[in-house]
Amino acid sequence: MASVKFENITINYGKKNIIKNLSMDIRENEIMGLVGPSGCGKTTLIRALCGFIKPVTGNIYLNDHLVYSQEKRINIPPEKRGIGVVFQDYAVWPHLSVWENVVYPMKKHKVPKDEIQKRATYALEQVRMTGYERHMPSQLSGGQQQRVAIARALVSSDELIILDEPITNLDAKLREKMIIEIQMIQKKIGTTIIYITHDQETALKLCNRISIMEPDGTLVQIGTGEEITKTPKNRFVFTFIGVTNFIPIIEKNGSWYFNVDDEIEFSHNMPAGYLKGKKNVMGIRPTDIMFDESSKIKGKIAHSVFLGDQYDYFVQLGSKELRIQRNSFDIASGREYNEGDIVGLSFLHPYYFEDTKEASL
Amino acid sequence: MSLFRAASHQNSDLSKLDGKKISLDNTLTILSFVILIIVVVIPMTMIVYNTFFFKGKLDTRLFNEIIANPENISAMRNTIIVAFWVTLFGTIIGVFFAWLLGRSDIPLKGMMRSMFTIPYMFPPFFGAMAWDLLLSPRGGYFNKWFMNLTGMKTAPININSLGGIIFVETSYYFPFVFMQVVSALERMDPTLEESARIAGAGQGYVIRKITLPLVRPAISAGAFLILISSLSHFGVPSILGFSQNIFTLPTKIYQLISRASGEFQGIREGAALSVLLVIVVMLALILQKIVLKSGRYDIIKGKSMRPMLIKLRKAKYPLLILSFASLFVIVVVPLVMIFLVGLLKAYGLSLTPNNFTFNNYKNVLFESKMVKDSIFNSLFLSISAGLICMFLGVMVAYVINKIKPYGKGLLEIISVLPYSIPGMVLAIGVILAWSGAFGINLYNTIWIILIAYIARYLAFSMKSASASLQQVHYSLEEAARSCGASHMQSLTDVTVPLIRPAMVSGFFLIFLPAMRELTTSVLLYGPFTRTLGVAIYSLKTDGNLVQASALASFTILLIIVCNALVRFITKDRKGV
Amino acid sequence: MDQIELIHVSKKFTTKTLGTVTAVNNLNLKIKEGECFSILGPSGCGKTTTLRMIAGFEDLSDGEIYLSGRPVSVKEKNLYIPPEKRGLGMVFQSFAVWPHMNLFENVAFPLRVQNINKTEIKKRVEEALHHTNLDGMGKAYPSDLSGGQQQRIALARAIITNPKVMLLDEPFSNLDPKTRESMRFEIKKLQKKFNFTIIFVTHDQSEAMAISDRMMVMDMGNIVQVDTPTNLYNKPINRFVHNFLGKSNFTRVIIENNKVYPRNDKSQPLSCELPNNGEREAVLATRPNTIELNHTNGYKTKIEKRIFLTNYIEYIVKVGDQIIQVQTPHFDEFKEGQTCYVKFPSVMWYSAEEDLKDNERDCRQII
Repeated sequence: MASVKFENITINYGKKNIIKNLSMDIRENEIMGLVGPSGCGKTTLIRALCGFIKPVTGNIYLNDHLVYSQEKRINIPPEKRGIGVVFQDYAVWPHLSVWENVVYPMKKHKVPKDEIQKRATYALEQVRMTGYERHMPSQLSGGQQQRVAIARALVSSDELIILDEPITNLDAKLREKMIIEIQMIQKKIGTTIIYITHDQETALKLCNRISIMEPDGTLVQIGTGEEITKTPKNRFVFTFIGVTNFIPIIEKNGSWYFNVDDEIEFSHNMPAGYLKGKKNVMGIRPTDIMFDESSKIKGKIAHSVFLGDQYDYFVQLGSKELRIQRNSFDIASGREYNEGDIVGLSFLHPYYFEDTKEASL
Repeated sequence: MSLFRAASHQNSDLSKLDGKKISLDNTLTILSFVILIIVVVIPMTMIVYNTFFFKGKLDTRLFNEIIANPENISAMRNTIIVAFWVTLFGTIIGVFFAWLLGRSDIPLKGMMRSMFTIPYMFPPFFGAMAWDLLLSPRGGYFNKWFMNLTGMKTAPININSLGGIIFVETSYYFPFVFMQVVSALERMDPTLEESARIAGAGQGYVIRKITLPLVRPAISAGAFLILISSLSHFGVPSILGFSQNIFTLPTKIYQLISRASGEFQGIREGAALSVLLVIVVMLALILQKIVLKSGRYDIIKGKSMRPMLIKLRKAKYPLLILSFASLFVIVVVPLVMIFLVGLLKAYGLSLTPNNFTFNNYKNVLFESKMVKDSIFNSLFLSISAGLICMFLGVMVAYVINKIKPYGKGLLEIISVLPYSIPGMVLAIGVILAWSGAFGINLYNTIWIILIAYIARYLAFSMKSASASLQQVHYSLEEAARSCGASHMQSLTDVTVPLIRPAMVSGFFLIFLPAMRELTTSVLLYGPFTRTLGVAIYSLKTDGNLVQASALASFTILLIIVCNALVRFITKDRKGV
Repeated sequence: MDQIELIHVSKKFTTKTLGTVTAVNNLNLKIKEGECFSILGPSGCGKTTTLRMIAGFEDLSDGEIYLSGRPVSVKEKNLYIPPEKRGLGMVFQSFAVWPHMNLFENVAFPLRVQNINKTEIKKRVEEALHHTNLDGMGKAYPSDLSGGQQQRIALARAIITNPKVMLLDEPFSNLDPKTRESMRFEIKKLQKKFNFTIIFVTHDQSEAMAISDRMMVMDMGNIVQVDTPTNLYNKPINRFVHNFLGKSNFTRVIIENNKVYPRNDKSQPLSCELPNNGEREAVLATRPNTIELNHTNGYKTKIEKRIFLTNYIEYIVKVGDQIIQVQTPHFDEFKEGQTCYVKFPSVMWYSAEEDLKDNERDCRQII
C-alpha cells in the first residue's frame, strides 16, 4: 500500500546518461506498468528505487519518506527500504529450498517464528506452490521458480512489489494465466505493484496505469491503458503500443490528399486533429481501416494471410502498402476478399502526427 | 505490519549510511591490493632490481655477462627447442584424441577420458625418473634387455637426450590441449556442423573446414599452456639432462643458485639469468595474446542436442588399439616401473620377485627423519597454502568481478601473473625479498616456502572462484538485499554458499600440486624444510634410486587417494 | 508427384533416466511438390525429430523415407543416405552460420564443396545475397550482424544450391517479433522465386498458419490432424487441436430439455446450437472473436473486466461460475460492471472427459 514518488531523477552510468530529470508518482494500491523498449532505462530507474544504484540528482520518496536525496545526502540501504522485488531471472537462491527461500526475508526482519510459519504458508498458497516447500529450485520449472520469487517478494513487503519482466519468457498461454494470477494476488493483499516490461500488450492487460518511456530515458506519457491507446501523446507511443500504418498527407487548395505517388483525395474539410502548417502523416491502426464499397478511395489487395482469429490483408494504395486486419469470423460470415480484388477503403479514428525524418523509423 | 515504516523512522541518522564510513567494498579492495603487492609485486621487483642495480646504482654488467655466456645461450636454445617440439607434439596428440573422444563412435569413451587425464595428476619428474630407470643408456632396464637380446654394444634408445626430454614432457603436457578441446567440442553447437553437412560437405571436409577452425581458440589456448609450462619446466630436464650436461634455462638457474650455496653474488647471477627466462616466457605470452585475440567466437548456442557421431567403421578397432597402446606407454609403463624399482633390493638387479623387498618403504617411511619431516612439511604447506589461497582467491575474485573498482584490470594481471612466471623465478624473487632485504629474514624457514606457494597458486583459486562468481548473477545478491539482508549478510548467506563448491575445488587445485611441488621448493628448502618433492629429488640425485622410487610410489598412492577423495566430495553436491 | 514421402516412420530413443522413449510413432505422410507444409506441436511432440530424420541427422528405428521418389532412409534394407547427399536446404533455429567465415564465405561454402569455379561462385553468391537483401555485405562477419541478418545468411546459404526441398527448424524463434514477421514474407517470396518445397517446424500456430498450405499437428509422437490452416482452425478434430490453434474458451455445460446450461447454474440457458450427440454433459468450445455481446438478447450477465487494446476490446464475462473471454471491435463499447447479453453464433462441442484429460496436460506443461 505504498506510494512512490520520483523527483527530478537523473542517472548516469559512467559518462553515459541513462535517465534525465524524470519525475513520476505511483499511487497506493495500483499496478503501475513501466513500459518502454529494451535499453530505455526502466530497469535502471527501478534499481535506483531499490537502492542498488545512486541517481546523480533528485529525490525518491516511499510513502512520503525520503529514501534517497542527493542534496540531503540521504541514501537508505536497500535492505531497509522494504521493497519486494521479483527479478527478471527470478533470482531464486539455488542453494536454499523453496521454504528457506520464502522465509529468508522474514528471518532478516526478525519476524517471530510462528508468524513466519503462518505468513510463508499463506504466501505459498497464494502462488499455488503448497506442497513444494522442500523442493530445491533446480527441481522446479521456470514458471514455478518464478512463483517462488513472487511468494518471497510477498513476504518481504506487503507494501510495494516490483516485477521486472517476470513473464516475458513464458509462452503466450502461460503469460495470460500469470496475468490473471498477479491481478488476483494484488486484489487480495492490496500491495502496490510496479510492473516493468517491454511488452505493451501484457502491460495493457495487467496494469491499472501505464508509464511509457522513450528509448532516451524520458517519460512520455502516464495514463490508463485505455487513455494511452485512445490518445497517444506522440508518434512513438502510437507506434510502440500497436501495429500501425502511416500515410503521408498533403493539403492542396482546401483539399486533403494521401501523398502516395498518386495524390488521392480523401477530404474536403480539414480533418480533426490535423496539424496546421506542418507536414502531416496519418497514423491508422489496421483494424480501423474498413472495406467500404461506397468509398472513392480504392486499393488493391496484394495478398492476404489467415492467422486464425484474424485475416491480415496487404492492400496497395498508390505506392503505399497498407495493412488491414479483419476478424476472421466476420469475414467467414460476410463477403470474401481475395488477392487481386479492388476494394474501397474508409478510415476510422485516424491520428495525425508531424512527419519528421527521425520519427519515420 | 510494516517493515518499511519501521525502517524509515530512523531518518535522522541515515545520512551516515551514505558511504561516509569505509564500506565493505573499499575494505576488500584495499586489502586485495596490499596482499598482492606483498606477495607478488615485491618479489618480482626485487629480481629486476638486483639484476640491473648494484649497491643502489644502475649496473648492467652482470646482465651483459650472463647473456654473453655461451653456456647460457645454449641453455636458452635447448629450452626453446624442447618447448617447441613438446608444444607441437602435445597439440597434435591432444587434438587427435580429443576429436576421437568428442566426435567419433569409438567405444569406452568414459574410461579413456579419465585415463587421458591421469598424466595431469602426477608430476612429470616422476615420469622422467621412470623412463630414466628404463631407458638410460648405461643402466636402463629396457636398454640392457634389448642389448642382451640382440647383442648390440650401444643402447638403442638414449632417454638422457633432448629427444628424451621432449618425449617425457609431451606425455605429461598433452592433456592441456586434450581437455580444452574435448570441452570445446562438447559445448559446440552441433548445428554448425550439421549445416555444413546439409550444404553438401562430407565428414572429412566438415572436420577440416568447420570443426577444427571453430575449436582453434581452444587448441591455441591449450598449446600456449603447454608452451609456457614447458619453457619454465625444471623436473624433467634436470633428471634427464644433468648427467649428459644438457641444460635448459630453469636447470641452469638451479645450478647457479645451488652452487652459490646462499652467497649473494650467486643468487644475483641466478636472478639475472632468470630475467632471461622471464623474457622468453613473456615473448610467448605476447604471442599468445596476439593469436588468441584474432579468433574468439561464440560457438555455444541453441538447443542442447547430441552431436552426430562419426562412424569410424573399419578404423574403429585399430584406433581403439592405438589409443590403448598410447595410454599404456604414457600412463601404465612409468607408474609400474616406479613401483617395481621401489620394491628392489638394489638398483640394477633384475625385476624378478626374489629381488623384491619392502625394506625401502620401511626405510623411507619409518626410519628416515628427512622423509618424515618432508611429508609433514608438504602436508603443512599444501594445507595452509590451499586454505589461505582459497580465501584470498575468493576475495580477489569478488573484488574483480563484483566490486569492479578502478584498477581492477591491474589487480587481475597481478594476481594471474605468477601463473605464467616460472616457479624457479618466483623462488628467486622470494629469496631476494624475504632474506633480509626488508629486515625480515625467512631464509631456510618453512615460511619462505609458504609465501612462494601462495604467490604461485593464488591464480588457481582466483580463477576457479572467478568462474563461479560470474555464474552468480548480481540479482541473487540484490534479492537478498531487498529481502532485508545487509551487504555482509548477503555475502555470507547467498554468495559464499553458492561458490562453496568452487572454493572446495580451488582448495584441491592447490593442495594436490603443492603436495608434489618441486621447482620452487628445490631452491627454497633449508636443512629442515625439505618437501616431499625435494626429498624424492634428493634421494634420486644422491643415487639412491630404489628409495626414491619407493617414496615416489608412496606419493603416487597419496595422490590417488586424495583425488578419489576430491571426486567423492565434489560429486555429492547437487542443485548448487 | 510427391516430393517427400514417409512410410511407417518411427524413432525410439533409449536414455538412462527414462528408458526407451518413442519420439515418433508410425508416421505416414506425403508432401507435394512446391507445397509449404508445417509441422506444429508443443515441445517434445516429435516434430524436430521428424525433420531431422528427413534431413538425415537421425537414423530411423523403423520405416522408409523417400525424397522425389528416391529412397534415402529405408530401415529394412539398412539404406541410409548421409545428409550431404540428400540435396536439401536447411535453416536452423540457432542460425548456425559459421563465425570464422565472413558472409560471402558462408554463402559460398556449398558451392566450394562442389568445386565450382570462382567466377561462377562469385556470381551466384551475389545473386543469393541480393535475394536475401544482403547486397554488398559480403565482407561482414556474423558476429557484427543482427539475428535477422544472420538468419538471412543462413537462408542465402540454403538457397544457393537451388535445392528442391527446404527444411526450416523453428527458424524465427530467436528473432524479435517484428523481424519474425518480415522473415515470413521473405521466405514465401523466395519460395515463389525458387520453387522449392518447404517443411517448416514450429510451435507457434500463427506463424504456421501465415505461411503454410497445409499443416500437421503432432502430439506425443503421433499425427493428430493434417489439413489446411483454415480447416484446422475451423474444424479441429479434438479439443487439443482447438486449443493449440488459437485462443479458446472451454465452458463446461449441462444439456437438459434441449437447452444448454452452464454447469452449476440452471437459472438461464445459453443461446447456442445444441450438440448432436445427445450427451448430458459436454464442453462448449468458443473462440473469443466469434462471441457476440449486445444490449438486448442472449444470456444475461455483466462485464467483469474490460481491456482496451489497439486492435480490439477484450471483455471478461461470467457464465455461471465460469469465465469467458470475448473480443469485439472498438465500436462495441460496454463499461465494466455493465449488464450485457452474450450469444454464441459459432460453437464446437467436445466431451467432458477430453476436457479433463487436456486440463491435466495443461497443468503438466505449466509445471
